[in-house]
Amino acid sequence: MATEAQAIVSDWGGGVHPYRVGHRKLGMWLFIMSDSLTFSALLMGYAYLRASNVWPTPFKFYPSIVFSSVMTLVLLSSSLTMVFAVSASSRGEKSKTRKWIIATAVLGATFIVLHMIEWNHLIAEGLRPFQLPEEWTKLWPGSTPLFGATFFGITGMHMFHVFTGCIYLLVVAARVNKLNHEDVEISGLYWHFVDLVWMFVFPLIYLLSIHPK
Amino acid sequence: MSAHADSHEHFAGTNKLFISIWIWLLALTGFEVFLGYIQLPVVYMLVILLGASIVKAALIVAYFMHLRFERMNLILTIVPALVICICLLLVFFPDSFRSKNLRDERANPPTTESH
Repeated sequence: MATEAQAIVSDWGGGVHPYRVGHRKLGMWLFIMSDSLTFSALLMGYAYLRASNVWPTPFKFYPSIVFSSVMTLVLLSSSLTMVFAVSASSRGEKSKTRKWIIATAVLGATFIVLHMIEWNHLIAEGLRPFQLPEEWTKLWPGSTPLFGATFFGITGMHMFHVFTGCIYLLVVAARVNKLNHEDVEISGLYWHFVDLVWMFVFPLIYLLSIHPK
Repeated sequence: MSAHADSHEHFAGTNKLFISIWIWLLALTGFEVFLGYIQLPVVYMLVILLGASIVKAALIVAYFMHLRFERMNLILTIVPALVICICLLLVFFPDSFRSKNLRDERANPPTTESH
């Protein structure tokens, strides 16, 4: 009986360390859960509006889609450098960890700059949160002005996460000697989550709104 | 799982593995952009793009975020709850389609009867 009870205990690993992660890492996972619901709700709101309205599809393959594909490449590469940082940190190589984290933050900043250029193009065309450019209303008669609200809302929310992520990473890089491995890993969790969100934003916002030839 | 359970200080997975995951993610992204280039009908696009995105998200969560090497307890706490909550958001779609139908009806009112 005793062995059976022990087997159950070890199977479920309950008691002192049910998850065998630190409380901070568990906290980050809980934050990621709630944040992914925020983004799901935003994307679902976008889908709701899109399914019930005439929706403009304004992104030309060149430059918009090529541009946003490069942004995707930058963000995916920043995830890879973050993985290298965490893996260097697990071997205790502090200075290597710092370099990879800074590389990640630089790639993140590149993403923000590229995205700002993209926003700038659209704003110059006349897109506003609640108003379409006149040219678009002629091309797609009766289309909803809420295009701008969903576009700026969702990509802006994501860009805000990249921005805070860059600051978070720079703080971790500056204090890497005082932090332990799990702290670095936690910052990695956040960064990969931001990357993950873009894996949904990019196809749903950009690739589904490509300008017909 | 048990092979990794005893060595949780060690960060499981080699750089080679992570680079191959990165290449997979790039390849899937390239595939998605290619679909955009050839311009399939929007419903096909939606289904294929969402499918590819879910695969990409799973790769990121499992390997980059390391969840595959965590305890089953943690995985079962995080994943099913999220999947169910996100699927529950689909409850809004009938209303979305209803308001589309209302709009279409108002644009082209039925000719047999006037209200």
